[in-house]
Amino acid sequence: MPGRVARGIAPDVVRILAARLPSGTIVVTGTNGKTTTARLISHILRGAGFSSVHNRAGANLAAGIAAALLQHATFGGRIRGDIGIFEVDEATLPIVQPSLQPRAVVLTNLFRDQLDRYGEIDIVAGRWETALSNDAGAVVIFNADDPLVASVATRTTGRRVAFGIEDDSCSLGTLEHAADARYCYRCGVPYEYRAVYFGHMGVYRCPQCGTTRPSPAVAAHEVEARGLEGSAFTLMTPRGSARVKTQLPGAYNLHNVLAAATCCLEMGVALPPIVEGIGTFAPAFGRAERVRVNGHEAVLLLAKNPAGFNEVLRTVLRDTGQATVLIAINDLTADGRDISWLWDVDFEMLAGRIRRAIVTGIRAHDMDLRLKHAGVPDETRAVATDLAQAFDLAMKSTDGRRLYVLPTYTAMLQLRKILQQRGLVAGFWED
Amino acid sequence: MDLRICHLYPDLLNLYGDRGNIIALMNRARWRGIDASVTDCRLGDALDGDAYDLYFIGGGEDRQQRLAANDLRARKGGVLKRAAEAGVVVLAVCGGYQLLGHYYRPADGDDLVGLGLLDLTTVHPGPSSRRLIGNIVIRSTLLGGATVVGFENHGGRTHLGPGAAPLGNVMRGFGNNGEDHTEGGVSRNVFGTYLHGPLLPKNPLFTDHLIRSALGRRYGQVTLPPLDDRIEAEAHASAVLRAAGE
Repeated sequence: MPGRVARGIAPDVVRILAARLPSGTIVVTGTNGKTTTARLISHILRGAGFSSVHNRAGANLAAGIAAALLQHATFGGRIRGDIGIFEVDEATLPIVQPSLQPRAVVLTNLFRDQLDRYGEIDIVAGRWETALSNDAGAVVIFNADDPLVASVATRTTGRRVAFGIEDDSCSLGTLEHAADARYCYRCGVPYEYRAVYFGHMGVYRCPQCGTTRPSPAVAAHEVEARGLEGSAFTLMTPRGSARVKTQLPGAYNLHNVLAAATCCLEMGVALPPIVEGIGTFAPAFGRAERVRVNGHEAVLLLAKNPAGFNEVLRTVLRDTGQATVLIAINDLTADGRDISWLWDVDFEMLAGRIRRAIVTGIRAHDMDLRLKHAGVPDETRAVATDLAQAFDLAMKSTDGRRLYVLPTYTAMLQLRKILQQRGLVAGFWED
Repeated sequence: MDLRICHLYPDLLNLYGDRGNIIALMNRARWRGIDASVTDCRLGDALDGDAYDLYFIGGGEDRQQRLAANDLRARKGGVLKRAAEAGVVVLAVCGGYQLLGHYYRPADGDDLVGLGLLDLTTVHPGPSSRRLIGNIVIRSTLLGGATVVGFENHGGRTHLGPGAAPLGNVMRGFGNNGEDHTEGGVSRNVFGTYLHGPLLPKNPLFTDHLIRSALGRRYGQVTLPPLDDRIEAEAHASAVLRAAGE
């Protein structure tokens, strides 16, 4: 790995190379939506005439950032590109923040994710707070709908801009089980929610100390959800408003789109190219990517933690009441070795509402047991531990309809490799 | 027959899939025609002493655990203690397990005084010590030598006193402290373990042992009809293999 080697030779390489990007760097961090948000920012900026340097999807650790910078550097140490856009794992932010000295830090959300790797969510929030309070230069762009992110962001000293959803019709009504930050971080009292979008995202208020969701400067109004086709909404910004269409499905992607729009506004991009960029942006690999197989369609929906998984399940159920789903659960390091989180996902919503569920991956049997307890009947379920065989079985079970593939991160990479060998998708490093 | 479960701090101590245990208890009772109900008991709520056959406490992060520890002592400790003495089942995992002991000494900050339902103490050896994380398999004499599988993730090291028996001996993983090969603590019908999250779904023998013990106090000797546990057995076996492969 060139990044790791170079950092060994010159520990300052990230700092030196990053400082040579004329328009500075942007850091995107959070549990869910980093890849999509960073790619969308890059896509919009490209349309606005910037050339960007960014780390490959999944290469979120310090070594991946060094590698990306080196790849764009000449032998003389000059760098080809105007601006750096780096997606950074939530635990890595404090490590890379001092060397990158970013112009903008985008905080998407904080969910429990891969606990065995990152430690507990409060610890991560605490480290963010320290990292961001040491840096007065960066504008902090944050999700107002996430109370945990907002509590971190509002304690930073520099400039900050909030984004959020302003449409109560997006509300699920009640908090779902995957909600993490239900208790006020000042006084330990449960928040009261006027609207819950998903997980612990929503419009909240602490009845004791009066902490409220910050009012978003950039917001989505009049949201029209179109299932897997994406959604449309009115984007309200300090520099005017516009009707926006995105191909990205689900409420969670509204946050990604808002994060990217806010960031680009802060970079000085005008509203029309932002609207244009959002409309022309296609999903990142494995994130609602569609694959044609023998004339039939398979949709890949990455599902790596409870809140994300619930959103994906809702998206599938909104699409059809007769879905065939292929669920692929691995427990490798990049997935998180602990699969306990499967019990935090509301698989109960699938009972009686799907046609067939095929489970696969290293922990296929755990998934099968989870579905059994969720009330998905024996005759609806099947286990196939080999991923390629599971995919073929699932495609055969769809009766010509769309197949919904719900893989964890490494299962998605493996599946994509299989599809690539069959010539059905492009290589996943081609961006 | 009905099984009355009380879930303590369901939204505060629910770190990682802990509700899988409630789901397994409820389903395995209902699949046998036993009515099962679960009542949530939160911060600030008083506990109705005679209303439950089984209490469940999950795990939480440090901040949540501290909130729960104070509330547990102030509002629920007396009732739980009397219930445990009367043979009511208490199952606590991870952070909840630590709170059933005499105290938990965190890496920094004051000791958390526990309920003392189990004769054990827990000490976090400091922020630079490694967390004990991974798949774990134990062999439980309590369950006739059967294996119990799960996942552990804890910084604290627990040592049992003479008044508590281990739930099992560690075959793979760390257990109570990574040194003495014990895992968990049991005293009468009070059970604590570091096997966090969905411990019960994959360990139906243990689940049934808890259901039987919980019903036994009101209904005497209860025989549970067998269930089709093929899916459970597959998941259990694959977890044993996964732990062995590490």
